[in-house]
Amino acid sequence: MDAYFSAAALIQASYLLTAFLFIMGLKRMSSPVTARSGILWAGAGMLVATLATFFYPGLTNFPLIIIAVVIGSAIAWISGRRVAMTNIPQMIALYNGMGGGAAAAIAAVELYRGEQQTTASATLAVVGGIIGAVSFSGSLIAFGKLQGLIRKSLRFGGQQLLNLLILAVALLLGGMVASGFNATPAAVTGLFAAALLLGLSMTLPIGGADMPVVISLYNALTGLAVAFEGFVLGNAAMIIAGTVVGSAGTLLTQLMAKAMNRSLGNVLFSGFGDSSGASTGSAVTGSLKPIEAADAGVMMAFAQKIIIVPGYGMAVAQAQHKVWELCQLLIDRGVTVRFAIHPVAGRMPGHMNVLLAEAGVPYDLIADLDEINAEFETADVALIIGANDVVNPVARNDKSSPIYGMPILNADKAKNVIVIKRGQGAGFSGIENALFYLDNTRMLYGDGQAAVAALIAAVKSV
Amino acid sequence: MTGIVALYIFMLAAFTGYEVIAKVPVILHTPLMSGSNFVHGIVLVGAMVALGSAGTPLEKSIGFIGVLLAAGNAVGGYAVTERMLEMFKSSGARGARGGKDGKDGKDNKGAAAAGTH
Repeated sequence: MDAYFSAAALIQASYLLTAFLFIMGLKRMSSPVTARSGILWAGAGMLVATLATFFYPGLTNFPLIIIAVVIGSAIAWISGRRVAMTNIPQMIALYNGMGGGAAAAIAAVELYRGEQQTTASATLAVVGGIIGAVSFSGSLIAFGKLQGLIRKSLRFGGQQLLNLLILAVALLLGGMVASGFNATPAAVTGLFAAALLLGLSMTLPIGGADMPVVISLYNALTGLAVAFEGFVLGNAAMIIAGTVVGSAGTLLTQLMAKAMNRSLGNVLFSGFGDSSGASTGSAVTGSLKPIEAADAGVMMAFAQKIIIVPGYGMAVAQAQHKVWELCQLLIDRGVTVRFAIHPVAGRMPGHMNVLLAEAGVPYDLIADLDEINAEFETADVALIIGANDVVNPVARNDKSSPIYGMPILNADKAKNVIVIKRGQGAGFSGIENALFYLDNTRMLYGDGQAAVAALIAAVKSV
Repeated sequence: MTGIVALYIFMLAAFTGYEVIAKVPVILHTPLMSGSNFVHGIVLVGAMVALGSAGTPLEKSIGFIGVLLAAGNAVGGYAVTERMLEMFKSSGARGARGGKDGKDGKDNKGAAAAGTH
């Protein structure tokens, strides 16, 4: 009895420590100076909780637990270490989906066993299970879309109605299971089938551009599911960590949606977010004026101040290392260089910062939209590489454009604009870019990496 | 744990999560989302308990999948978050000398690349 009691006390103390380490870790992760240590704190917390749980009173099936932990960890560690930085968003979706699936699995084990003490605990198991299952299948679809495995956005009339119907079925079965009215294995199975289907049908119509918001939402939902299952198991570490992630994730989702000029309801229910069927706004008049790399290089070498606007296209061309090399040359010549990052540059807010950091760009050269927008007027050159819609001035003045109202980087206010672009096509959203046709804009055609290499050679020969 | 105490924990944790994130700059949105994704990997301890108390083959199989998925969430979340965050450096931290050395190396590479084009 004594050993039993001390094991329980050890676990409680460990979970308390874990909760502390998680919260401190997240706090440290919210500033660039301390971010690195934040994940180490949180990682230590996870280790403490996992090790302590092996001493859980009455725990059996040790071989199974260890095999599952080893397999799951090995797959995730290898994939997480190998994935290219450009593909990070879909990996977050994948790992998040796994967490949601795990929460649903806990609920399933508890409900199939059917030994719930109270209706409250059974209800929480059901609700957490539904949320976890939706997050699981929804996140897998998000992963598939960003990875390019699912290219079409499935849409048809009455889709929202169908989703509501599936939700109603899941809730009805859940109600029957939780109240003990029909707590049969068949009802439990139907409940999870409906929830998994709901995740699929909710996520399939959403376009790739909106996926970051969706992933963030599912991240918050998984947190909530974990917290609910924590209530069922009486596990304080799960309640605290799950709830903290649930509320932090909800806030983060709102911040992201705001940064993308989309409301959450809009993302989930309107089906915009990729090019198909969107109106492309008024036609743009004027001509595209090309420039040679040599001339562009001279222009940049003798500039006082240059603002670089990178977009996802730069990362796809793997040009960020070359861009940083060009910057270093210019900085050595005494040119002031800054990077202007639009909130949705890259695949999700902050993704471009990660890609630039990978290339070695110090974060204090990188400014976000609010900081830098006033500075474009004093810049001699704005270099646009791989960005398109986020510098399109029609967002300011063309009410018929689908991107009207989206905050943009005021690159058109710079004295000269150089746009590195592969060809003459329209952007991610299929909208013509008025910036490209301005009198002070010159187009430098070519593959991102080759074009920047040519600029480097040009600057060097000055 | 009584129901009301659990509710208090829930409420206070919700406020904590909100406050911790409230002032985060956009530059850290992606790493922070990844970091919070890692934190809910704590579901692993619950999955271990679920599998550890499973009796029937059905419960065992679901529990096994649960632990496997949860371990993937925790370990994968850690791996990508740590990779992202270790790249964040300021120009001060880079150091003038180290920066120059690195740059010289890159210059040579750049010249070679430019030559081949």
